[in-house]
Amino acid sequence: MNYADLFRVTLPETALDITALLVLIVDLGFLRKAALQTRIMAAVLIGVFGCGGALIAMPYQVDGGLAYPGSTDLLLSAGGYTAVSQVGILVLTVLTLFLLIGSDFTKHVGEFVAVVLMAATGGLLISAAQDLLVIFVGLELLSLGLYILTAFAKRSAKSAESAMKYYLFGGMSAAFLLFGFSYLYGLTGSTNLHEIMLGFYGPTVLGSTPLAYVALVMIAAGLGFKVAAVPFHLWAPDTYEGAPAPAAAFIASVSKVASFALLIGIGTAAAHVFNQMGHTGIIVESRGHTTNWIGFGGPWSTILAIIAVASMVFGNLAALAQDSVRRLLAYSAIAHAGYILIALAYYSGTNVSANAILYYILTYGLTTIAAFGAVSLVERIHGSDRMDAFLGLYKRNGLLAGVLLVLFLSLAGIPPLVGFWAKFNLFATILQVNHGTVPLVLVALAVAMSAVSLYYYLQVLKRVFVMPPADEAPVKGSPLTMGVLALITLAVVVLGCLPGLMQSWMAGFYAGM
Amino acid sequence: MLAWTIYISFAGALVLALMPKGNAALARVIALVVAVAGFAIAIAGFAAGAGQGRVTIIDVPWVPMMGIHYTLAADGISRVLVLLTGLAAVAGVLFSWNINLRTNEFFAFFLALIGGVYGVFLSFDLFLLFVFYEIAIVPKYFLIAIWGSTRREYAAMKLALYSFVGSAMVLVVLLASYATAGSHSTGLVSLANANLPVSFQMWAFPVAFVGFGILAGLWPFHTWAPTGHVAAPTAASMLLAGVVMKLGAYGCLRVAIGLFPHGLDPWGWSFWGIGSWRDVFALLAVIGIIYGALVALAQTDFKFVIGYSSVSHMGFVLLGLVTLTQVGVDGAVLQMFSHGVIAGLLFAIVGRIVYERTHTRQLSELEGMYLGRRLPFAAWAFVIAGVASMGLPGFSGFVAELQVLMGAWIAKPWWTAASGVGIVIGVAYTWRALQMAFFTDRLPRPDEHPKEGWPKFDPITWPEITATCLLFAATLIVGIYPSILLNSIEPAVKALLAGGMQ
Repeated sequence: MNYADLFRVTLPETALDITALLVLIVDLGFLRKAALQTRIMAAVLIGVFGCGGALIAMPYQVDGGLAYPGSTDLLLSAGGYTAVSQVGILVLTVLTLFLLIGSDFTKHVGEFVAVVLMAATGGLLISAAQDLLVIFVGLELLSLGLYILTAFAKRSAKSAESAMKYYLFGGMSAAFLLFGFSYLYGLTGSTNLHEIMLGFYGPTVLGSTPLAYVALVMIAAGLGFKVAAVPFHLWAPDTYEGAPAPAAAFIASVSKVASFALLIGIGTAAAHVFNQMGHTGIIVESRGHTTNWIGFGGPWSTILAIIAVASMVFGNLAALAQDSVRRLLAYSAIAHAGYILIALAYYSGTNVSANAILYYILTYGLTTIAAFGAVSLVERIHGSDRMDAFLGLYKRNGLLAGVLLVLFLSLAGIPPLVGFWAKFNLFATILQVNHGTVPLVLVALAVAMSAVSLYYYLQVLKRVFVMPPADEAPVKGSPLTMGVLALITLAVVVLGCLPGLMQSWMAGFYAGM
Repeated sequence: MLAWTIYISFAGALVLALMPKGNAALARVIALVVAVAGFAIAIAGFAAGAGQGRVTIIDVPWVPMMGIHYTLAADGISRVLVLLTGLAAVAGVLFSWNINLRTNEFFAFFLALIGGVYGVFLSFDLFLLFVFYEIAIVPKYFLIAIWGSTRREYAAMKLALYSFVGSAMVLVVLLASYATAGSHSTGLVSLANANLPVSFQMWAFPVAFVGFGILAGLWPFHTWAPTGHVAAPTAASMLLAGVVMKLGAYGCLRVAIGLFPHGLDPWGWSFWGIGSWRDVFALLAVIGIIYGALVALAQTDFKFVIGYSSVSHMGFVLLGLVTLTQVGVDGAVLQMFSHGVIAGLLFAIVGRIVYERTHTRQLSELEGMYLGRRLPFAAWAFVIAGVASMGLPGFSGFVAELQVLMGAWIAKPWWTAASGVGIVIGVAYTWRALQMAFFTDRLPRPDEHPKEGWPKFDPITWPEITATCLLFAATLIVGIYPSILLNSIEPAVKALLAGGMQ
């Protein structure tokens, strides 16, 4: 183990960081005098190439990940769900960068792109992390980047306010997470996920179960904050509303993908407790309680299920009352996180389960990036994202109206759009691997809640298509932005009509495992 | 061949959505061509399918990992309903000839809805059926919200939410039966043969039946129907009553009864004579028949009369389905066709021919307009449509409702007795509306006479005459020679009731 190995294991992350520095050098060194839009174009282009480079570098990562000298403990995993989510993170980062084009909320373009790339590095790390310390470092790298991005519109008080809220909540939840991690370490004597899972069957944990539950609750609080699950969601509406559009899109997509990949990682480690690292074993039940409460998986999935129900119900109901489209998207994001958390609560550790979750979160990220792009175009004309800013949009920009129609219907889960297929796949997978009343009831609740969600999505679409425009000022976006939005919309339709495409692509990553 | 009805409808919708705005005439012609082509294919498919059982049109893997197939097939029931859809589409386009607001978008939504409806009737994979079923929801919302009248946004949202709640229930059943069957397939045939446990069918059946029943106007989940029908533009209310409510009834038959036949088994105990889900839904259907008719009797708005009559007539469909007898289910399917045609006709007369000229639908105001003399075409059309709706022999409604009542008698005689009351009230409300709107004998008071004589209404246009005649012809042909449809309905119903869809 030396630095050369470290470099080879973290090739994609390194590529992103080098690009981040490159962007800074080019923007601050050579383009100081250039026009703002030129600088944006240059920075975005470099950023896109950086992500492309990271994508190319991915297959050259050393297999099996990184280990401590003299041990077999895994620090970073590669391939499988990690690879899928890393590719997703990179692609979604590229798309968020495109949203920057045409915006004027900041003059510090180079810094913005550099911070985006570094935060994406954090995302790549946590989707591969198998060790508490790496998880924490990756999460902080991601979160600190997000705080900065949220505050980037210096002229906007809202941006500063939301960044402050985000930062305070984030700091608090990071403290909880770290506290939980310290308990885990104390109970099991290891920072490695797999050893911790194994340790949960050991005498220390079984003898002091309440402490273990406290640890799990604290970790759930820390990670629940990242995915904006109720009751750790309070930052989300403000941040979605105040952050500059590309930053909000980044928080809503890339950060979510990475955090859910981390949760999948934890779930996988818990599900495969005995067949990782060459251990084999059986659980001998000696004390008469149900196995459900022995080990990591049982209590963890109970906690997740509770959070999931709270998120679905609260997110959907709160979204009904929103007047700001960004806040509406924030509450709908909370609701979507709830659906995914059910799948995580009933996560089976199989590739099918992991893929169903990743499919959902990746397509959700794709859709929501475009939604933020479209909302920001309207905002540029009206200076507001109130529902009434969307009045009569069909007349003012037909293409944008069509884009919003497809995206919002997809979020509501109307076939044949990708959002429907993602939901169906997610719920079908939950029910396939869990036969029981509780999962069925939770899925039924989720389906019922998505019927509720149609109401608020239609509220926006009603203003776009049905009501007459308040003013006829056309809403214009640069051809490039419109092109990207149209492309994403097309992808939403095509992936929805041919769901097999992305499924078999994702399955390809598990071939070698 | 029938599959092309779906494709050309969606293609037509796409072309209309993308074509430049402002050319209303071209949009109308495109819509008519597409609708007529769909109708022609439906007729050809119906003729070609005569005497055949279920014919698979296409069956290719769609999502191989989940075992979902893109399966389109047609049996006798599907062919009849596809025929109805084609007919309703052509009539709908003709009765929308005067739409000038955002014409191309109107017809785009219209054809998208039609495409979804064709798709539901032809799907033999539950997942695919559900996809088409949901595709039909969104266009309905926009058709009503943009081009509707009375409280259109409220009615449109109510309809969309009711539909979506219904389809959410169906989705739960779809997910659960996919997981429970474990056959790694959502094909209707393989699910029907999957031997789903009786305990599962016992809860899946009512959930699916109510989920689809919401769209079929099942009492007490019918309240979207009258408000939706009244608010909708003429063509949309024709489609709502004509085919969309049939989607629900078709789902009840094909999915709820077809996949979960044991859900209709007796519970083993009974409460006030109700001992199975079959009794429960029969009771709801009978209540719907009588309640719809009584409420129709009390309406002051002409279109609400028709709206509630739809609830009443759809009650016959649902009652026919739960009789589970050959003749009762035959009657239910025939009633779907018959009501689709007759309700379309009534809505067209009230919403297009009368309302677009008088600009009121209040019966009390229509009473003073002497429409019997000033709009003789509308008056006579309504007389014919009205007697067809009452169930006069010679029209399709008679054959259909008679068979439903016969089936109900075999199942439980009191069902027939109770729904017979509904028919009598049906005569009353149709008669009342007919008399108040067209043939009032109140003479105009001198001060009511306009000085320059009565203003002329716009003349009746050719699309109105064509479409009216088309629908008349359909109800008459089926009324006089019902075997034309029954010959293809009967074997399909027999196969379905025999258990499974083999």
